Amino acid sequence: MDHFPTNWGRPRNEKHDAYNTYPLHDRPYNGPKDSFAEGVQRTQQPIVTGTSVLAFKYKDGIMMAADNLASYGSLARFKDIQRLHPVGSYTVIGAGGDMSDFQYIQGMLEDLIIEEENTAADGHKLGPAEIHEYLSLVMYQRRSKLNPLWNSLLVGGFKDGQRFLAYVDLLGTTYTSSTIATGYGAYIAQPLLRKAVEGKEDLLTEEQAREIMEQSLRVLFYRDARSLNKFQIATITAAGATISESRTLKTEWAFAEGIRGYGAQVQ
Amino acid sequence: MPGEMAHHPQQRQFNPYSENGGTILAIAGRDFAVIAGDTRQTEGYSIQTRYAPKVFTLTDKAVLAVNGFAADGNMFVKKVKQRLEWYRHAHAKDMPLRAIARLIQTMLYAQRFFPYYVYNILGGIEDDGTGAVYSFDPVGSYEREACRAAGAASSLVQPFLDNQIYFKNQKAAPGSAHPTHLPLSTVIALVTDSFTSATERHIEVGDGLEMYIVLASGSSGQGLEGVKGLRELSTKGEAERVFVIRRDLKKD
Amino acid sequence: MANASFYQSAGFDFSNDVRNQFLQDKGLPLPKATSTGTTIVGCLFKDGIVLGADTRATEGDIVADKNCEKIHYITDNIRCCGAGTAADTEFTTALISSNMELHALSTGRKPRVVTAMTMLKQMLFRYQGHIGAALVLGGVDSTGAHLFTIHPHGSTDKLPYVTMGSGSLAAMAVFESEWRPNMEKNDALRLVTAAISAGIFNDLGSGSNVDACVITATHTEMLRNFVKPNERAVKERNYKFRRGTTAWKMENIRSLVVDETVTLIAPPVGGDAMDTT
Repeated sequence: MDHFPTNWGRPRNEKHDAYNTYPLHDRPYNGPKDSFAEGVQRTQQPIVTGTSVLAFKYKDGIMMAADNLASYGSLARFKDIQRLHPVGSYTVIGAGGDMSDFQYIQGMLEDLIIEEENTAADGHKLGPAEIHEYLSLVMYQRRSKLNPLWNSLLVGGFKDGQRFLAYVDLLGTTYTSSTIATGYGAYIAQPLLRKAVEGKEDLLTEEQAREIMEQSLRVLFYRDARSLNKFQIATITAAGATISESRTLKTEWAFAEGIRGYGAQVQ
Repeated sequence: MPGEMAHHPQQRQFNPYSENGGTILAIAGRDFAVIAGDTRQTEGYSIQTRYAPKVFTLTDKAVLAVNGFAADGNMFVKKVKQRLEWYRHAHAKDMPLRAIARLIQTMLYAQRFFPYYVYNILGGIEDDGTGAVYSFDPVGSYEREACRAAGAASSLVQPFLDNQIYFKNQKAAPGSAHPTHLPLSTVIALVTDSFTSATERHIEVGDGLEMYIVLASGSSGQGLEGVKGLRELSTKGEAERVFVIRRDLKKD
Repeated sequence: MANASFYQSAGFDFSNDVRNQFLQDKGLPLPKATSTGTTIVGCLFKDGIVLGADTRATEGDIVADKNCEKIHYITDNIRCCGAGTAADTEFTTALISSNMELHALSTGRKPRVVTAMTMLKQMLFRYQGHIGAALVLGGVDSTGAHLFTIHPHGSTDKLPYVTMGSGSLAAMAVFESEWRPNMEKNDALRLVTAAISAGIFNDLGSGSNVDACVITATHTEMLRNFVKPNERAVKERNYKFRRGTTAWKMENIRSLVVDETVTLIAPPVGGDAMDTT
């Protein structure tokens, strides 16, 4: 009889640790081996990336926008990428960061919606708060395994007369606010959005909101070198979620004509 | 970063932690406890949001303030609340404060080698009806105290509290002694002043102040009358009463 | 004794550099310099230049000065906003200000903005970025109104509206959405105030008040604390200490007034007098 329970169920090997000198957790492992374990890599850095996502609350619901660019380092690699994505009937998510991780998240959410709304068929639909909670748990769990999904995500939605807007990123950090911007938008667009929206969330019409959003996108295009003047705007209201076709904005470069040199030059 | 363009392959280590600023503070009185925190959440030099609560009610007489890495903080509060709910289902009563403190210790130490990057301060009413404050380090070392500040501006606020609560470096007037317990109105004023001062001199503190007040059963609540922004959270008839005071702090 | 090791060259003293490098390698960090986290801006308008700055100076997370002055005097018609290491911006602008005055006296002409810009960039380039001064230089001279940014390494930009410091993106966003050519003075001043405010309220390195400076061909107007949107809250309690609060171990009272009595010693008459004959 082998009196060492950790040896039970294992092939006998007299030559190896005959006197059971190993601590329990160091028992020789005789199970199946993954020859490629060393080759498995975690996301250490984003590869194909999207830049800012902007969103804010207005009278009827949430407005969210993102451009159509996916960069490969400093290369403008894909110029027709969708970074806004509808989830269920009441929610739109927008993503910055690694686009392959984002597309993985889209697949994951699709499975979730199929499971929760079709298979369960209990009449309960997932709202934006549930989607955000789910995403924040996934993001936090992945960061805790040191294998993060390299994104910053905005979740916007409208359900049961309530607006919802929240953020979650690769660390699992979350917050809500009446205006949120990710990436360079946090530095460039967020000040503009706060000034235009804070305190006026219940007054701004869709037209006014669109004006604010377009102006912020225009400024971002002027100053964020990884952005594109081609974007989509989503609205999520009582009427449901709509994501627009891609559009471009008029920009102004006339002032550049008058600039001569960078110092003492006149000509 | 333009300075370190990838001329050669570089390995960037993923850092699972961040620091989200803010400050928390709790003071215990004879028959009450005050637990407060600002509501700003930061990342680097940016304000993520001007309202992210750091103080949470756990039971009718226990309030927990969490400060440090926000994702860890929220997850930790969620797990503490879950354990307290299980306790309620098993024992048909709320967990006593000192037991919650010990629970928090074991939960923090369980993560000794991948810690929750958070400073916890637990405040509330002990079973004997006294106000209590328990403060924790990120891996579970804890202590019952009369007052404690933690977070970004703790090095500014704690010395102030030592001087005003423990009367450190203050000699009592001849023939009298320093009071062992301060009245509620004084404590509320000290907490408010702590946060307006920290807002002045620490860049990560500001936007809003959320102050929870737990009164022991039978406490008169003297000192709460006429306080601006006061709201009672407990429904009438409970033994302990919980109030919250919300006020603005500077937003720069 | 005159010795080669006593020779002091002009300018910075690098004799502690090797020691400091060694200490840093051992893990002893250098002391933090006061930095003006800062939002500073400048913009062109119809008749000249408006410069703007916040008034917060920081040491890491701590506010070192709640109302510092970041718009520095160069000449009567030229001013310079400084961001970066506070000492570097102050000494650099003071030095160039001196040299501009000397230059004006020797040439007998009103100094030009390009002169100050060239002096600044040449000095900063010489020090290869070790002088951490990021500047916004503006002024009006015989050739018109000019606005420059000067980076710590000595590069310059000449643009109709510029921002610098940790709040530069917030401020630039405001300029990009609202700046128009040939604005009126009040519109330009309002725009600069909005740009600085964007920095004050969105960037943690910037805060407190708005300073502004309007420079035209005929007049320079320094608007110190032009807007004060962040007044300190009134304290709930009074923190005056009772007399006798501080304990002491020993009391020692003595008079610092020295009393002296002077006794004149008259030459002795006869008696024990020494024989000096």
